[in-house]
Parts: sequence; C-alpha cells; structure tokens
Amino acid sequence: MKTYTNTGNKDTRSGFGAGLTELGQTNDKVVALCADLIGSLKMDDFKKNHPERFFQVGIAEANMIGMAAGLTIGGKIPFTGTFANFSTGRVYDQIRQSVAYSDKNVKICASHAGLTLGEDGATHQILEDIGLMKMLPGMTVINTCDYNQTKAATIAIAEHQGPVYLRFGRPSVPNFTAEDQKFEIGKAVQLTEGTDVTIVATGHLVWEALEAAKTLNEQGISAEVINIHTIKPLDDEAIIKSVKKTGCVVTAEEHNYLGGLGESVARVLALSHPTPQEFVATQDTFGESGTPAQLMEKYGLNSASIIKAAQKVVKRKK
Amino acid sequence: MSNTQQLEDLTTQVRRDILRMVHKVNSGHPGGSLGCAEFFVALYNEIMDRKDTFDMDGIGEDLFFLSNGHISPVFYSVLARAGYFPVEELNTFRLIDSRLQGHPTTHEGLPGVRVASGSLGQGMSVAIGAAQAKKLNNDSHLIYSLHGDGELQEGQNWEAIMYAAGNNVDNLISTIDLNGQQIDGSTDDVLPMGSLKDKFQAFGWTVVEIEQGNNIEAILKGMAIAKSKTGQGKPVCVLLKTVMGNGVDFMMHTHAWHGKAPNDEQLAIGLEQNAETLGDY
Repeated sequence: MKTYTNTGNKDTRSGFGAGLTELGQTNDKVVALCADLIGSLKMDDFKKNHPERFFQVGIAEANMIGMAAGLTIGGKIPFTGTFANFSTGRVYDQIRQSVAYSDKNVKICASHAGLTLGEDGATHQILEDIGLMKMLPGMTVINTCDYNQTKAATIAIAEHQGPVYLRFGRPSVPNFTAEDQKFEIGKAVQLTEGTDVTIVATGHLVWEALEAAKTLNEQGISAEVINIHTIKPLDDEAIIKSVKKTGCVVTAEEHNYLGGLGESVARVLALSHPTPQEFVATQDTFGESGTPAQLMEKYGLNSASIIKAAQKVVKRKK
Repeated sequence: MSNTQQLEDLTTQVRRDILRMVHKVNSGHPGGSLGCAEFFVALYNEIMDRKDTFDMDGIGEDLFFLSNGHISPVFYSVLARAGYFPVEELNTFRLIDSRLQGHPTTHEGLPGVRVASGSLGQGMSVAIGAAQAKKLNNDSHLIYSLHGDGELQEGQNWEAIMYAAGNNVDNLISTIDLNGQQIDGSTDDVLPMGSLKDKFQAFGWTVVEIEQGNNIEAILKGMAIAKSKTGQGKPVCVLLKTVMGNGVDFMMHTHAWHGKAPNDEQLAIGLEQNAETLGDY
C-alpha cells in the first residue's frame, strides 16, 4: 500500500496565506478583503506587500461580500477572508444575490471551519457551511486537506472564472501532499489503491483516512483512499470507478452528515451505482469547547471512526 | 439630450412604459418607479458620462447601481430608451423566459445591469467595491447608486456607510429616494429613522438635498452640486425628496401602489394623464 510521509505539522490557513502572498506577486488583479481577522487568516504578508490592493473592512462581513462583488466590476479578483461561520451563514443572502446569482468572480476564503476550531466552541464551529455553499447554483466548493494543498488551491482558484468557496482550518495538521502539486478543481486525487472499500475523504479527514487505511490493511481490509478536495463540482467518475471495484464506500468529513460531502456522494451512487455507504460526519449536532483532538474523538471524526465505519460497510456488502 | 422639455417628454413616456408594463402582468412596483422617473431620465441622459455600449467592467465611464431593485420598471424603461436593448423587449417584463426579471439580474445577460438586486440593503456595498475598483484602475469616472429610504432599515447599509466615509470613497454618489413610504405604511409609522441628513453627516458623508426630486431642473442642479463635491475625501449622499406614484394622481402620496398594478380602468386614467410623447413600445 502506498504510504505518505508527514513532512511536519502545519495549519492549512497558513497555506492559504502563502498562496495569497504568491498571488500578490504574480497576479495584479488579485485583491484581498478581510473582516478584522488578518492575523488569523494569515493575510499579513499580502497586506504588507500590497496595501493598495488590501481592504480592511472591519467587523462587517455583509459589506465585505458586497464590496467583493463590486470589485469584480472593473476586473479585479477579490479574495475575502474571515472565519467559515462568518463567511457563509452570516452572509448567506449577500453571497446568494450579489455573488452567486450575479455570477461574480469572488473567492470566499474561510478559515477555522468545523470542530477543529476548538476552544471557542459551537458559536464559531460551523458544520453546515459546505451544505450552504454547495446549494448555491454556480458555486464551486473546495475543502483542502493540508498546507501544501491549500496553498496550491488558493493559487488555482484565481485562474478559475466564477465564485468559489475555499474552506480550510485553524489547527496544525500533517502536511503530506506534494509541495509542487498541480491543483485541478473538480478532480479527485486517489491516494491509495484498494479492493475492499473506498474511503472518500475531504479536508482534515483525509490524513485520518490514510491512517485508517494502514490499520485496515493490517486487518486484511484493502482500502482505496480518495481525497475529494472539490465537493462541487464532484468528480463523479472517480467515485463510481472506485466503488465499482470495491463495492462499498465510507465518506469522511468535518461537517454535518446533512448537506455535506457524504450526501453528494450518495446522490451520485444512487443515480449510477447504488452502493452501501457509511457516513463519518457529525450527527446533526452543534459542537462545543475542547481541544481539536478531543472534539474529533468525541464527535467521531478520527481514524478510529473511519476504521469502524469501514468494517461495518464491508459487512453490508452482499 | 440637453433640453429640459426633451427630458420631460422622455419622463412622460417612461411613466407610460411603467404603467403598461405592470398592468400587463398584473404585478410589479409602480409607486417607487414613478417617483424616480425624473431622476433616472436625468441620470442616464444628462448626468452620467457613459458609453453607448455595455460591457460589465465599465472602465472609462460612470456606472450606476440600483439597490432597491423592485423599481425595475423605471430602470428597464430608461435603459431601453437609452439604447441598451430594444424597447419592444419591455413587453416581456416578468414573463417566462424574459431577460426582464421581476427584479434586475445579470443572470439573463440584460445589458445595463451589473449586479442583481431586490433583496434589499446590498447595493451600497457593491457600489463601494466598484468605486474602489475605479480607483485601482486609475479611472476617474464616478459610481452612482440609488437606495430606498425604507431600505436603509437594513443594517448592511450602515456597515457600508461607515466604510465609505472611513476609507475616503469620494468617487461615489449614493442617492436616497426619500419618499417616506414603504410596503406597510409611512416610514415614520413602520420604523422612524430620524434625520437621514444628520445620520449621513454624522457618519462623515457630504450631504446634498434635492427638495424637488420630481423636477428635472432641480435634479440636474442638485446632482451637479453633488458631482462637484466628489474627489474631496468624502462620499456624497443625495437626499432626493420624491413623491411616490408621481405623475398619476390617484397613485400619489400613498404607499398603496408600492407593489400593486393598476386595473384596465386605472391604466386608462394613468395614460390619459401622461400623453404619448416618444411612442409606446
């Protein structure tokens, strides 16, 4: 089984910051807006290097989204930065009307998504944002798994014409994808080959899926791990191809099972290749305060949960 | 166009368009549309420095954003009669497969529209973004926007108003349609807003008042003053005092026609009060 090496824990938000810094140097159409969270979003370098292209809007996310829509008129490519909760739920109607329906080329970049935000608790731990964003016609939804991939995705979305939701997080997590990777929107990345179960994971759960695959392999269950960084448009073909081989699937995400990656995968399979599926996701609940590791364990979002789900779904195969 | 009589004739024709559009589909918002007819006619035919053709980026020309998108009938009529699309297309207002949606949208590619509006309170933020893009592009042209007075009850406006003053967005002229009415009644009854002049000034804007917002000459004069105040470090607010339903006597001074279409008989009376000047679509 192919294995991956953690080159050192890093936070995905720093990958965003590094990508934005690079974009600042390579693409003068890129502008950035932030709602009083420059440090948290790692936007300091862009601000320092390009003060004229940086807009500090204060604690006013609705205005930020509207301004971003306006900045596209005149050819700019705006990147907005705040926490995932304030990037989506707080400004849903602004995104819906001024960005998505108006087909504006805005990149909504959201940090501190999900439970791994940690101690701040449920007010800030949005677990519904993927659902909110994927329901908007024309919106591309991306949830990256590590530092390198987040950096690559940040750079790639500047080249994509149309609104994008880019979701990443706060904690330091294993950095294991290639530094020089080419990020292709909508293209699944197969990480391991397997024959018994497909594990489709996104975001922080991708590394957990790889850890789970190792243990499953030792137990005689051969797992094929697919990194779905783009939830919309979903790489239907890659999922169907893998599931035709393995006959069952586990989806894994740091999000509510309602509205998340799992439901998108279930739809694809229901239409093309009905398959037993288990969902590693939060169970229609809010989060709470705690360390990221404690929360991921309590809410069943770690490699142990993926292993259990894989064992269960393999048994459901006829 | 420069002569006031020509602008007045166009306004009369625009009123006819508004009445006929909403009557045909028995829906839409005639009251606010009629109240702003003179403003739109003056803006598109005299005040703005704009190109004859439409492209989304609008570099090298003044741009306009309609925030209170429900007054789409006046917007569509003035856009069509300014040459952005055929006037015959006004026939398709609110019909299936039309580019003239109930509220303006870019989604169907209607020339002249740069952002969707209808869900209230979003247009000023968009206008500010476009104004900042103008500055980044070293484009000295201006951004104009229009907002309902009731619309200012939406909180996002005040985020935008604070931002624009705090960041010297001085290439923006935001006009408030001060008709004192909203769906449920007068603004004073629904949610008293106090002095908007005091509020905008307190937020750091330059305020220009146009007392006779249904008088072409008063609009031209007031907007010229507003224009002269741009480029001085502050955003400019125009408080445009209008009469909802202006030009159709039974629709005036009431919120009753905010979102209600006239019946056949009422249409006939309205058209009688506004003789055909440039030809119906």
